[in-house]
Amino acid sequence: MNVIDLLNQEQRKENVPDFRPGDTVKVYSKVTEGGKERTQMFEGVVTVRKGGGAQESITIRRVAHGVGVEKTFLLHSPRVERIEVSKRGSVRRSRLYYLTEKVGKAARIKEKKAAR
Amino acid sequence: MKNILGRKVGMTSVFTDDGRYVPVTVIAAGPCTVVERRSKETHGYEAVALAFGDVKKSRVNRAMTGHYKKAGVEPRRWTREFRQDIDGVEAGQTITVSEFEAGDRIDVMGVSKGHGFSGGIKRHNFRGGGASHGSMIHRQPASNGDTNAGRTVKGSRRPGHYGVDRTTHQNLEIVRTDAERNLLLVRGPVPGAKNALVIVTRTTKQKAVS
Repeated sequence: MNVIDLLNQEQRKENVPDFRPGDTVKVYSKVTEGGKERTQMFEGVVTVRKGGGAQESITIRRVAHGVGVEKTFLLHSPRVERIEVSKRGSVRRSRLYYLTEKVGKAARIKEKKAAR
Repeated sequence: MKNILGRKVGMTSVFTDDGRYVPVTVIAAGPCTVVERRSKETHGYEAVALAFGDVKKSRVNRAMTGHYKKAGVEPRRWTREFRQDIDGVEAGQTITVSEFEAGDRIDVMGVSKGHGFSGGIKRHNFRGGGASHGSMIHRQPASNGDTNAGRTVKGSRRPGHYGVDRTTHQNLEIVRTDAERNLLLVRGPVPGAKNALVIVTRTTKQKAVS
């Protein structure tokens, strides 16, 4: 294996749980505020999971106080501490861009019943 | 001594300790052997000659073979002299990436990639003409200057051979060093093709902190 591939592989985390677009996840990330570091949790629906290797990123969407918020995380970044899957969703596409236009009941995602 | 020779491996991105994802060029640098210490008395100037890279013995010419023999070192592919930051370096020593550390500022020299005979747009960042509406001047260099002068001013930018020039990128940051695998990770691009020789020196853009 060449050096570049090796470097990329070393950057990757091994303990990333198995999840896909439509699932609801909690992302615990480190934030620096006023010189102090703390862990912040962001929970929402995974709308996009893209890129490969160390560059893989996820976009999480949630509606907070009536305003849609989307956050993008680099999955293998050291700032992202851990990811917990809280719900499995059943969706039929890999990029849930249509959620942006849906409000309220229409923005729900059917929950996946069968164990994976 | 913050001088070393290396081979450009390629580019990728790495996470820094503060969580940024930065583009880096990977340079396989060193270990370099010091072939010669040039001195004011014998050569007229102070310098250090570093040698780097594996090479077949049959590919080294006689003159260089004698040179390496004199220093008592194995023949190498490239030998280059350095004039700065050479105090206390003697022939026979080995220079590795451990001379450098993350955060150091360096200049990287290389021979830029060849682009052949290129037009003004690629070579000099000309804007070019319109694409449609009967423009007829698409990628042409258009005017060469003043008609009253009756001649073309010397040094005006024209199409021609582009690339394969010795190019220096100054004040680049070292993101990480890897002494185990002899790697330097430099932020941003570095001139030259993959597997080409690159010359790394301490930057001239910043004053030495001593």
